[in-house]
Amino acid sequence: MNEHDARAAVSTALLRIVPDADLEALGDDAVLRTELELDSLDFLSFVEQLSSSTGRRIEEDDYPSLRTMHSCLGFLTG
Amino acid sequence: MSDFTMPSLGADMDEGTLLEWLVKPGDAVRKGDILAVVDTSKAAVEVESFADGVVDRLVVEPGTRVPVGAVLATLGEPETAAAGEPVPVPAPAEAPAPAAPAEAPVATPGERPAGHPARREPAHRRVPPGLRVSSPSVRREAERLGLDLATITGTGRGGAITRADVSRAAAHPEPAPRRVTPYARALADQLGVDLQRVPTTGRGPVRAADVRAAAAAAPSEPAPAAEPAPGAERVPAAAGEDRRAAMRHQIATVMARSKREIPHYYLTATVDLGRAVAWMRERNRDLPVAERLVPAALLLKATALAAARVPELNGFWVDDAFRPGAGVHVGVAVSLRGGGLVAPALHDADRLDVVALMAGMRDLVTRARAGRLHRAELSDPTLTVTNLGDQGVESVHGVIYPPQVALVGFGRVAERPWAIDGLLGVRPLTVATLAADHRATDGFTGGRFLATVDDLLQHPEDL
Repeated sequence: MNEHDARAAVSTALLRIVPDADLEALGDDAVLRTELELDSLDFLSFVEQLSSSTGRRIEEDDYPSLRTMHSCLGFLTG
Repeated sequence: MSDFTMPSLGADMDEGTLLEWLVKPGDAVRKGDILAVVDTSKAAVEVESFADGVVDRLVVEPGTRVPVGAVLATLGEPETAAAGEPVPVPAPAEAPAPAAPAEAPVATPGERPAGHPARREPAHRRVPPGLRVSSPSVRREAERLGLDLATITGTGRGGAITRADVSRAAAHPEPAPRRVTPYARALADQLGVDLQRVPTTGRGPVRAADVRAAAAAAPSEPAPAAEPAPGAERVPAAAGEDRRAAMRHQIATVMARSKREIPHYYLTATVDLGRAVAWMRERNRDLPVAERLVPAALLLKATALAAARVPELNGFWVDDAFRPGAGVHVGVAVSLRGGGLVAPALHDADRLDVVALMAGMRDLVTRARAGRLHRAELSDPTLTVTNLGDQGVESVHGVIYPPQVALVGFGRVAERPWAIDGLLGVRPLTVATLAADHRATDGFTGGRFLATVDDLLQHPEDL
């Protein structure tokens, strides 16, 4: 998966949960859970979305890799 | 004759707006059928009938704001239609009487307003408009066959329904026009489900659960994106700002009342979640994301079980006395994006297994944020849980939602040093707090409750 597709997948998943989020203003190093006020159920939905749109299994051990946009891209393209 | 009134959906509600009627005069309804959608400051709420009957008159027009207890519609009794001959029926109410908010009876929370026994209407008014009256034997026959007279075409004198009509209807049932709750309609639209093909679970209207079931049964839907994400459904924009302001006002009113009237006492216990977290991680491994648990589900279940074991904290303080709740209906505090808070009930949470509880919690949060809750979810909580720890705080000392008598809070689950068997280890800990009404219980009872929560969380496999 290239970085462009990965970014689109992450953005789409986040916007489904927080439709009015301004992801560009947020920046790639913002901590998503804190900045977007995602609770554990939101985060689970995010992981669910991301997993189904990218076809990639995401284990609980991978959650720390989904901290920021930057780390999400690293995880998905790695 | 009975009245269908604006229900009280919690101590903070004193008025509501009728949004939509799901029935019309002449419709036979049963206790539990959803009759209308009512808008409160918290959500659009589907309101059910508290009695069997036939809709006589819709008193309030959609868009009207009326106080709690105001009559929205009148119901005729199912068997009051005069026997024998067809009775001339007045045309369906031409101009529904405007609601008179100032004079309408206002019920105190928790008390269902009684009807108006003083004003018996003349017999002919009790015949629902549009329904041709038939003989008792025909009605009994229809009842035996499970047919709704309102859906049968009468060929008798004056359009009366004859025995032959009933037999014909039984042989060739006409599809009754489907009633659909607004939320179900929106959901069907979103999920691309054909409402005509959704099987319903009962006599009532098509509900969201039916639509979801139909969507799940038809996995051919090509777009996986059809699944609604929490928060993806928003409160209609027009209502958004108004509702936000109204909600702020109500939270202000209720919280001020709570702090004014309820002598709170607060207790705290640090709970070692080592076993619970380990058990959960083990269980979640290899499971699809949708079936994974989050710690909040375990905390909620432990709270519900503890409330069942310490029932003194599960219920209401009304009229200077404690009234135990009928069942453990845990209010789950849900923060809404853009501000505000709502704590709808997860019914009988103590009896749900953790998987069902997790699913129920996700559904509840999704609907709370979409502004679509059921009446009972708003009016029934017997104890509230707030899980602000999810947002990073260490502990939360809550304000009780009257007339409940307790509020349980959980702080963040974080790894910290902890002494176990004389050794220092690193364990995931959370701070559980209890805010309780000192009129109803004493600290000893509260302490027993928190100890029970702790104990339950040490045996996660039994939750």
